[in-house]
Amino acid sequence: MQPILSVQDLSVTFGPKQGPRLLPAVSGVSLDLRRGEILGLVGESGSGKSVTLRSIPGLTRHYGTLAGKVMWEGRDLVAMSDASLRPILGKDIAMIFQEPMTALNPLLTVGVQITESLKAHTTLDARARIRRAVEVLDLVGIPGAAGRLDDYPHQFSGGMRQRVMIAIALASTPKLLLADEPTTALDVTIQAQILDLIAQLARDFDMGVILVTHDLGVVAQSCDRVAVMYAGRIVEEGTVRAVLGNPRHPYTNGLMRSVPQDVPPRTELFSIPGTPPSLWNMPPGCAFAPRCARATAHCTAEVPPLSALEAGHLAACHCPLGATQ
Amino acid sequence: MARSILTRLLLMIPTFALVMIIIFVLVRLLPGDPALALAGDRASDAELATIREKLGLNDSLLTQFVLFIKATLSGDMGRSILMRAPVSAVIANKLPITIFLAVYSVGLSLLIAGPLAFVAALNRGRWPDTLIRTVFQIGLSMPVFYIGLVLLTFLAAKLRLFPVGGTGIGLFGQLYAMFLPAMAIAFYTSAIILRNLRSAIIEVLDADYVAFAKVKGLPPRVILGRHVLRNALISTVTLVGLSIGNLMSGTLVTETVFAVPGLGRLMLEAIFARDYPLIQGLTLTFAVLVSGVFLMTDLFQSWLDPRMRQ
Amino acid sequence: MMLTGRFKEALKKPGFAVGLTIVGASIIVALFPFAFAGHDPTAMDYTAINQPPSLEHPFGTDTLGRDVLSRVIWAYRVNIPMAFLATVFAFVIGVIVGALVGFHRGIADAIFGRVVDAVITFPFLVLVIAVVAVLGPGLVNMYVAITVVGWVYYARLTRAEIIGQMGNDYASAGRVMGYSNSRIIFRHLLPNAISPVIVYWMTDMALAILLGSSLGYLGLGAQPPQSEWGVLIAEGRNFVTTAWWLSLMPGIAIVLTGLGFSLIGDGLADILRPKG
Repeated sequence: MQPILSVQDLSVTFGPKQGPRLLPAVSGVSLDLRRGEILGLVGESGSGKSVTLRSIPGLTRHYGTLAGKVMWEGRDLVAMSDASLRPILGKDIAMIFQEPMTALNPLLTVGVQITESLKAHTTLDARARIRRAVEVLDLVGIPGAAGRLDDYPHQFSGGMRQRVMIAIALASTPKLLLADEPTTALDVTIQAQILDLIAQLARDFDMGVILVTHDLGVVAQSCDRVAVMYAGRIVEEGTVRAVLGNPRHPYTNGLMRSVPQDVPPRTELFSIPGTPPSLWNMPPGCAFAPRCARATAHCTAEVPPLSALEAGHLAACHCPLGATQ
Repeated sequence: MARSILTRLLLMIPTFALVMIIIFVLVRLLPGDPALALAGDRASDAELATIREKLGLNDSLLTQFVLFIKATLSGDMGRSILMRAPVSAVIANKLPITIFLAVYSVGLSLLIAGPLAFVAALNRGRWPDTLIRTVFQIGLSMPVFYIGLVLLTFLAAKLRLFPVGGTGIGLFGQLYAMFLPAMAIAFYTSAIILRNLRSAIIEVLDADYVAFAKVKGLPPRVILGRHVLRNALISTVTLVGLSIGNLMSGTLVTETVFAVPGLGRLMLEAIFARDYPLIQGLTLTFAVLVSGVFLMTDLFQSWLDPRMRQ
Repeated sequence: MMLTGRFKEALKKPGFAVGLTIVGASIIVALFPFAFAGHDPTAMDYTAINQPPSLEHPFGTDTLGRDVLSRVIWAYRVNIPMAFLATVFAFVIGVIVGALVGFHRGIADAIFGRVVDAVITFPFLVLVIAVVAVLGPGLVNMYVAITVVGWVYYARLTRAEIIGQMGNDYASAGRVMGYSNSRIIFRHLLPNAISPVIVYWMTDMALAILLGSSLGYLGLGAQPPQSEWGVLIAEGRNFVTTAWWLSLMPGIAIVLTGLGFSLIGDGLADILRPKG
């Protein structure tokens, strides 16, 4: 099956265009996404996962420089002007944010915030737009949806606000949903509900989802495939079963071991030694080498390419962990 | 909503009690004998005594204060010595001119500062931003009377584009005649507004809801007008409301420079003439104007911001 | 120290450096006006009255043939100290009152709150003019009037900062250690609370220059024949059609000095603003 979205060798640098010091936030990231598929993008803060996501709809282009391609239905989004991008954004590609309180405009009713997007992308008249707004609020599970169109964001609870944001994103039935840590700001129980909602919507509408998160539990619960990012690059990618079941990159392995699971109480948690490198000051070879127990001279000299270790499982490592089973 | 207005109004009672005390004490401290000022230098002692009696100057301070409060509440602020008419009538006569001038200059300030703040914020750090900020930084360092004189010299006296004084007839006549006095104030206030609005816009542009509006594929017109402007306006409305005192100070100066017969010029005349009752009435009028605007600012803000309506 | 580092950083920004240069140069002119004035500011020359600006008289001459630039330069002696004298007493009184009511709260604070409300209900200039009217026009009375009204703004700001600081642990630690109240207020709280007040003081100095010259212009501040920028401008206001330089040239000095002080204020705000 053809991917609907194909990110090819995307790099994002921040700083003045001809400046001597450019900050390489994302380097050579490639990703494919099929319809109905949920791809998890995992990493620590500063790994470039959010920048990657925000670069797809061009949100970073006004303060950063983008290189590479983001192919959407045969067109390169990176090369398109703001004006030609606009009919695609909000219609085919939608995005939701981490903190609904700051992503929803506090001064506008949720009704206005849903219908304004419909107005921009559909030929529906005002009545039909309102009907559609009630429909999507209902769809995301807002009780008494019709009576809440005139409410303001602050009149909703945290979980409900996140549902409102999803409703706004879904209003014109997009084919791709970009979700930037959509559950980080929520309680654990509500977190699970929202993830279920996203997974169900992806299934029902055959919608592709890229889900950025720092939480491997979220990935395990709701994603089909996962890409792990470290210091601006993808270090491992594959099906959730393959990557989480049998991590081949030492960094992914370290991440897995730092998640408490099936351990007796009061066992000391594993944590990866050292800290991620500063993007200002990247080591010449593998960015993870200084923290890696398996690092060799080769690792510190040359950046390992992302290559297939087996079908549907890629890792960027000179000396990957062995396959188990 | 009605409740918060009521609370606000109730809170104004102690404030105004204090305002009345300040005015009362200030005016009692004024040098010179008001009876003498009223009657003229050649008045006989008997005449002076009658006037003192009439003004209640022989009563104790407390009685005078009670009488002052009573009279003021019933709208009687005494007779102006200078204008030989009731203070309330004199003020009512000149009040519209000053209000017109104040509203006019706020309008001009917003017309100047609004678009320029957008240009500066959208070009943050580039030359249009630097240019606008430098010009207005200089604007902030120019006293209103000096801006007024510069405008007067070049646009009125030299080029004869505008009259050098007066108020004009009819709305357009007034707008034309008072353009320079209003501009003199607007030059300063727009500098303050621009500074605040620019940083408010920058803050809003970086907000998540603007990013959200962008990925919704909304046209820039809708993003700037509906999402950015309204949010940036909230802090600016407060600022404009709180600058009403500055604005009134500005009208006082500009009315003097351009010989506009409003409350500000009247205040200076009253002070030089030691016109007790008129100073008292004018000071009170200014205080009422300012707190009226504070109240309107609050209301306007809660109209703009639904979070403040509860 | 950290502050010197930030100071050096701020100096790299053109605004702050320009502000320091302007104010520094202004102070030197105020100290040694005779070194800069090309003419005796009081020397009348009936052969050269109302001369427009020329190389000999860059700001022209006035109705008595005096050199306007020299008069402006001698006026630095009045206007530069004005920035300091019109604000320093309000600063000191305001900081002390604000710190005390902020620390003790209670009834004094409640009364203070009403006073603030009442004072900000008057336009600043109206109240200052009313006080000047009570005391009589003149430079000293003008300083008194500005102080009588202005301290409230410093006190309000200091009070808010002190209350903010009292939430910190070290404030309660001081109490546990049994320090006296005044020691806690003035040795512990105030040094941490004072930065924004100092920034406000700097911008207030710029405002004082504008306010002082405005009052001079209105006839309520410095009195002629004293050389003060507002007074000089007022003297020329009846000649805007025939001798515009009389009132417009002295204004350049106001704008320049006001700009200098406000640039320093902006720079200080950058230096003293807590980062992170």
